[in-house]
Amino acid sequence: MTWQIRTFLRTVVGRAYPRFIGVWREKSWVIFDVFFPLLQVSAYVYIYRAIGAPPEFAGFAVLGGAMIAYWMNVLWSMASQLYWEKETGNLQLYLIAPTSRMAILLGMALGGLTATTVRAAGVILVGALLFRIPLRVGHGALFLGVFLLTLVALYGLGMLLSSVFLLWGREAWHLSNLFMEPVYLFSGFYFPVRALGFWVALVASVIPITLGLDALRQLLYPQLMERFRFLPVEAELGALAALAVLFLFLAHRGLRFFEELARREGRLTLRGQ
Amino acid sequence: MRRLREAWQGFKAGAWLGWQIESNWTEPFLFAIYSVIKPVAGVLILVFMYLVVAQGGLENPLFPQVFLGTTFYLYVVNVLSGISWSVHDDREHYGMLKYVYMAPLHLYGYLLGRGAAKTLVATISVLITLAFGMAFLRVRLSLGSPGLLAAALMLGLAALAFYGILLAGVSLLIARHGWMVGDVVAGGLYLLCGAAFPLALLPAPFRALGLGLPPTYWLEALRRALLGAGLHPELAALSDAQLLLILAGSTLLGVALSAGLFRAAERIAVRRGLLDMQTMY
Repeated sequence: MTWQIRTFLRTVVGRAYPRFIGVWREKSWVIFDVFFPLLQVSAYVYIYRAIGAPPEFAGFAVLGGAMIAYWMNVLWSMASQLYWEKETGNLQLYLIAPTSRMAILLGMALGGLTATTVRAAGVILVGALLFRIPLRVGHGALFLGVFLLTLVALYGLGMLLSSVFLLWGREAWHLSNLFMEPVYLFSGFYFPVRALGFWVALVASVIPITLGLDALRQLLYPQLMERFRFLPVEAELGALAALAVLFLFLAHRGLRFFEELARREGRLTLRGQ
Repeated sequence: MRRLREAWQGFKAGAWLGWQIESNWTEPFLFAIYSVIKPVAGVLILVFMYLVVAQGGLENPLFPQVFLGTTFYLYVVNVLSGISWSVHDDREHYGMLKYVYMAPLHLYGYLLGRGAAKTLVATISVLITLAFGMAFLRVRLSLGSPGLLAAALMLGLAALAFYGILLAGVSLLIARHGWMVGDVVAGGLYLLCGAAFPLALLPAPFRALGLGLPPTYWLEALRRALLGAGLHPELAALSDAQLLLILAGSTLLGVALSAGLFRAAERIAVRRGLLDMQTMY
């Protein structure tokens, strides 16, 4: 048992390590990772300015841009990761390693999360300074709680998707691509999700960022969000906790199921498909 | 003559392969849905931003201009960054760029062919988005100047393809940034070319930069052709013919730059052994 726990922890650290170190090894990536999302965010800030929106809306765009870094990380470095590993011939090594697959996914998530936080913080910092965006957090602990719970639920979803994507070839790439603009829309990355209507927002809440963003915006801009809030922050916090538990459980079950299915259908070593 | 034949063969092979890569990963029906959802979702983000904030919502006079700019910008993403992505994809993911180079066809023509496939995919998305805008968003497009539309479209697409080849040349020489170079350039152009807002909002140095970029004039010409008016007051003094002349000039510049710089990049890539580079990024 002790050996299993030790192996689990070592796997988590071992898989997180290259992601964390990778950020600093190629320093120019940090610049690109902050600069690139800022281009899109800036365009949305200027669109809001063009239509005479209050300055808080620029804050919506910057916060959305920062959270996009996490969604992109979940899509391309969690969900699609086992597809990449398959393409580069590493997946077999993962599967024959005497360790838990969940530990590998958890390591990927922790490493990706740490690295992405650097990018997201950069986007918020530069965006706030560049566009003089008001950022005042009234309830610091609650804000941090919502943020962390959003990330746990989000990376739980990433782990679940990762096991589903194990089956796929090029579909994985295209599906990740498909989950960009439509998710930006339905999760309200650049505008309050309430604008989509209550029921659409409710369905979109299956992606934890939908609830997380709405709650963070309520905590940052309480007055403005009175008109646009989807659910009370406390309800969103509860829903995020439930999603986190659900996704982690499903990821654990899904990984076994899809690995077995992929094994039986001979898809684990299929490349270039 | 032989070089022309090889370039044409390369173009045909690139276009066919590009279309297969873009479309045969799933059933045609799912591919059709995929082609609809992505661009329409991109436009709907703008729609909801307008509905939440703008006075008059979609009746705001700025909306059709922004809608059109964002819709045609799909070409920039697909063609410009798509061609440079082809280098990264063929070299890193499929490991076949070296075989393309060894085959009796022209790499430049092959990449132009890949661009043609991307243009076809983008055209499907643009047409669907325009139809969606007219049917559901009350965007009124009129074909007042079909000549201007045809000329601007052809010149603009040709320019995008040649500048895409230029980026492909850059991609040939870089290792760890190949996957992002096209996206960064496309993202920068979205901001600087005033695709979704008037250039006057940008700080003066960026505005000047935007006025030096061909897509600014391309999108303005398309707006005049389909909406009857442009978005940027800075370009109001230019006649339609002057806009087309600027576009033609920038296209010729694209041809010259891409031919010269791509050949130089290709030579360096061969000399340094970069054609079969595998960096696992």
